[in-house]
Amino acid sequence: MTTSSFTDRLLGRVKPSAWVPLTAPLVAILFAALITSIVLVITGNPVLDTLVTMVEYGSQPRSLAQIVNYATTYYLSAIAVAIGFRMNLFNIGVDGQYRLAGLVAAAVGGTITLPAPFLPIVIILVAMIVGAAWAGIAGVLKATRGVSEVISTIMLNTIATGIGAYLLLEVWGVRQGNDIGTKPIPAAGQVPGLGLIPDTPLKVYGLFILAVAVGIGFHVLLNKMRFGFDLRATGQSEPAAVASGVNVKRMIVYAMLISGAMAGLIGMPQLLGESYTYNLNFQAGLGFTGIAIALLGRNNPVGIVFAALLWAFLDVSANILDLHKVSPEIVTIMQGVIVLSVVVAYELAHRYRVNAEQRRVSRELAGAASITQKEGAAA
Amino acid sequence: MLRNRFGKVVAGAAAGAMLLAAAACGGGDTTEGAPSAAPGTDAPAASKVKVGLAYDIGGRGDQSFNDSAAAGLDKAVAELGVEINELEAGNGEAESAKEERLRLLASGGFNPVIAVGFAYSQSVAKVAAEFPDTKFAIVDDEANKLPNVSNLVFAEEQGSFLVGAAAALKSTKGDIGFVGGVEVPLIKKFQAGFEAGAKAVKPDIKIQAKYLTQPPDFSGFGDPAKGKTAAEGMFDAGADVVYQAAGGSGAGVFEAAKAAGGMAIGVDSDQAKTADPTVADVIITSMLKKVDVAVFDFIKSYTTNSVVAGSKVYDLKAGGVDYSTTGGKVDDIKAQLDEYKAKISSGEITVPKE
Repeated sequence: MTTSSFTDRLLGRVKPSAWVPLTAPLVAILFAALITSIVLVITGNPVLDTLVTMVEYGSQPRSLAQIVNYATTYYLSAIAVAIGFRMNLFNIGVDGQYRLAGLVAAAVGGTITLPAPFLPIVIILVAMIVGAAWAGIAGVLKATRGVSEVISTIMLNTIATGIGAYLLLEVWGVRQGNDIGTKPIPAAGQVPGLGLIPDTPLKVYGLFILAVAVGIGFHVLLNKMRFGFDLRATGQSEPAAVASGVNVKRMIVYAMLISGAMAGLIGMPQLLGESYTYNLNFQAGLGFTGIAIALLGRNNPVGIVFAALLWAFLDVSANILDLHKVSPEIVTIMQGVIVLSVVVAYELAHRYRVNAEQRRVSRELAGAASITQKEGAAA
Repeated sequence: MLRNRFGKVVAGAAAGAMLLAAAACGGGDTTEGAPSAAPGTDAPAASKVKVGLAYDIGGRGDQSFNDSAAAGLDKAVAELGVEINELEAGNGEAESAKEERLRLLASGGFNPVIAVGFAYSQSVAKVAAEFPDTKFAIVDDEANKLPNVSNLVFAEEQGSFLVGAAAALKSTKGDIGFVGGVEVPLIKKFQAGFEAGAKAVKPDIKIQAKYLTQPPDFSGFGDPAKGKTAAEGMFDAGADVVYQAAGGSGAGVFEAAKAAGGMAIGVDSDQAKTADPTVADVIITSMLKKVDVAVFDFIKSYTTNSVVAGSKVYDLKAGGVDYSTTGGKVDDIKAQLDEYKAKISSGEITVPKE
């Protein structure tokens, strides 16, 4: 444990001791609340009222349904990022992957005719394939040419925007006033919502179930399967992985393909559950939100659930702030501080533990030494 | 970035049930303003009107599109005595966030509710159906029509034609530029009109065109640095007049024009007045898109109980679009521009939309 690097701990590749996972985030959130309060005071806003308003609004039934919907999308994004992180791959390209996947999937969904259970499945598969293929480019480049995936995925993001804009504006787009979008997905392709939250007409995305399945799948893959072991081993120590017979290059490509396929899912809950078209309002930037949430959740499938819910709560409750003339950017500050302080809190907790351990060991050694000395003297 | 309008706020926000609840729990700060905001029974009709307005990305302070809407709103406050509350869209937000913004306004008792920008198209359709007794207006969209929605649309291509002609008349190098915020159909209308106007003056004129971002990246409407880089490239490549239809990014275009000793054309608002004073002198004219007039007219019609649902087209003929003369830099070509204006108004010239 003491030999683990900061990056290992940052990306959750090393398990922290029992109490750290629970305490560190709590401390971080409290710290973030403190910083936010200071910002609120400086900007002349009432601290308590603002926080109370956020919590009250965020806990209404309608808001809760929204939070689950936001979190569903965030969760998929964070899992896509986390798969790469676990293997030391920084897939910054999740953003481009899901946007391109969403566009192609929406276009296919609006074009082909299939009966109900098959159409959504086909749309989702198309999205996964496009996402995987786009991420795969970066994987192959790294495996064969050693190109840093950070650089290549960032560039692929830009290329994805260009291709996407061309396909939307020139090829698949149908004008609707000043908006332009792919042909709407017919009813057979739409996934009905679930009435999970009582007392509100707002339904939770049907693909909420998909996010749950992805989370379970992520856990099983990582902890119960040979592939997951190889993935984690490669992430922690490449030479050790090679020595134990892991084909690292193949693992790089596989990890990118899976990460990209998961990225392809990000746009699906909204596409199949709400908008039914990829238009100018298609949400961008979720890939980057995913990075923050993956870090916050320590790349752990359960941790990410809480991280995604917290993030969604903050985003949803930000809506009410504007109405009270408190700038919603306050929430962005809060989110940034939370991520930063979680990282710092984990690190501090880790170092404290290591120090305590070292002190204990040195005490014992000192004790043992003095005993040996006494024994020597006696002899 | 952080707006502190707490004083005004308390009054406006206390009206919403949310804050009253919060004040009850949180105590202290807000209660002071609450009584004055309580709806008075004997107040004049107009003072009871609470207008809710949702801005597009950039919000109040973009010196352009949103600010034009804000000007209309401010005029309504001053002249009609209405109460207002303004909300603002965030970049990269979910569709449901737009919807929720409108719903918060409608459920908070705001009526009428005005959505600025076509991005609200779907959201207005949904929320207006939920609140049939609330009057909605949407700027820049006529895709969705409902009995309680007024669609306020503009003939941007006609106004752009005029400033295109102005650019061609003012250019000494025969090389002009167009900077669009985001490559979307709406902004392409500006480009089409601008190019048609320039070519009407000088058929062989060189026109450079660049969009700052492509959808779904809408940061091109709020990133002055991008606008500056794009315009610098155009001036370096030989342009001497650049027209920007890039919302908040336009400030960067003006900076670039100032640095290059070139000329710039503003958009939506009369930017020689709204832009930073240090760069205002490079703005020879602005394509006025009178969102302020549309917003004010709509609020006024509400106060007189004469709201008309459906499309209202603000074109050149109706005075909805125009070019500005602030600074006197186009006074020498005013006769020619007004001639084009008359021809477009009479239908003799039909300006292409794309």
